[in-house]
Amino acid sequence: MKVVLRHPKREVEVTGRRRVRDLLKELGLLPGTVLVIRGTELLTTDAIVGEDDEIEVRPVISGGAR
Amino acid sequence: MKCRKCGGAAVLELRRHNTAFCAPDFVEFFRRQVAEAVKRHRMFTREESVLVAVSGGKDSLALWDVLLEGGYKATGLYLDLGIYDYSKESKAKCKAFAAAREAPLLTVSVEEEVGAAIPEVHAATRRPTCSACGLSKRYLTNKAALDHGFAVVATGHNLDDEAATLLGSVLHWQTEPLARQSPSLGSTHPKLVRRVKPLYRLSELETAAYAFLRGIDYIVEECPFAKGATSLLHKEILNRLEEASPGAKHNFLYGFLEKARPAFERVGEVELNECARCGQVTTGTLCGFCKLADQVKRAR
Ligand code: SF4
Ligand SMILES: [Zn+2]
Ligand SMILES: [Zn+2]
Repeated sequence: MKVVLRHPKREVEVTGRRRVRDLLKELGLLPGTVLVIRGTELLTTDAIVGEDDEIEVRPVISGGAR
Repeated sequence: MKCRKCGGAAVLELRRHNTAFCAPDFVEFFRRQVAEAVKRHRMFTREESVLVAVSGGKDSLALWDVLLEGGYKATGLYLDLGIYDYSKESKAKCKAFAAAREAPLLTVSVEEEVGAAIPEVHAATRRPTCSACGLSKRYLTNKAALDHGFAVVATGHNLDDEAATLLGSVLHWQTEPLARQSPSLGSTHPKLVRRVKPLYRLSELETAAYAFLRGIDYIVEECPFAKGATSLLHKEILNRLEEASPGAKHNFLYGFLEKARPAFERVGEVELNECARCGQVTTGTLCGFCKLADQVKRAR
């Protein structure tokens, strides 16, 4: 499956079906810090993603003094 | 995962509340949290005009959306910081949002007001970029609110922002910021407009999810100067705590607001004057903004 990551925007290819929770662990991301998006859907950590999916992992943390 | 309310498919798990929601029930939950914040801290009424400081990011646009949907008189204020593509793109997002909802949007150019865009201020004044930027933002939002007669300024600070600020202040025991940190800062001078943070009960994950589910096109890219900010390190530390023990962030912030903050409040200790140049409020003779503008002018 294709996974789009941000900061900077880039794509990685991941093979095999797995739960979102496990995908995030492999990417070294904490579940509370990203939205996992498939098309117009938000996925929870127990959702299963597979070969044909295109997933965006979008960080939710904004920074700097505000 | 199932929605705790209706049993449908959940789109978001809220571990700190030990629950999960489908899209419509999450949107309702989110709006109820904002309503609770507004009510608890008597932030504003539907009769008052609210100036919402919008940056084009998820938090401020989500806030503006909730207020408009809730029937509040909410006008957006966009400060053009002149930070390359980041400012261009974020301004376009704010304009598109306002146009789609036929909501009023004010725009102020920092370059016109300070004499230089934010990226040039550091070279001219040697001040850290974010400190000059933060000072300019506070000053210009207050000034815009005052000039246009708004009752209150609302900003998009969320639970994570507030918890990170709190951690930063505690690590240095900065007693003045601790005394001032609040979801609602009342006016202590006729020229200081009240400031409120209606999203302080909602985490960053929740504001991002709300913006996404509402179809808000916000800027995901960060300001280039945010990189390496200490506040990001503080957020990371808090997120690790949160992962190990859900609710840690909100207990940290709410506990401070309820139990510790009163101990830091020292009412009326600082004397407030009006700036000799611009008439805005300051503790000295010239306000910080006028000093900044002077430094910029001298360097040119
Ligand atoms: S990161 Fe710094 S320079 Fe960028 S908008 Fe925030 S305060 Fe301003
Ligand atoms: Zn539901
Ligand atoms: Zn001044």
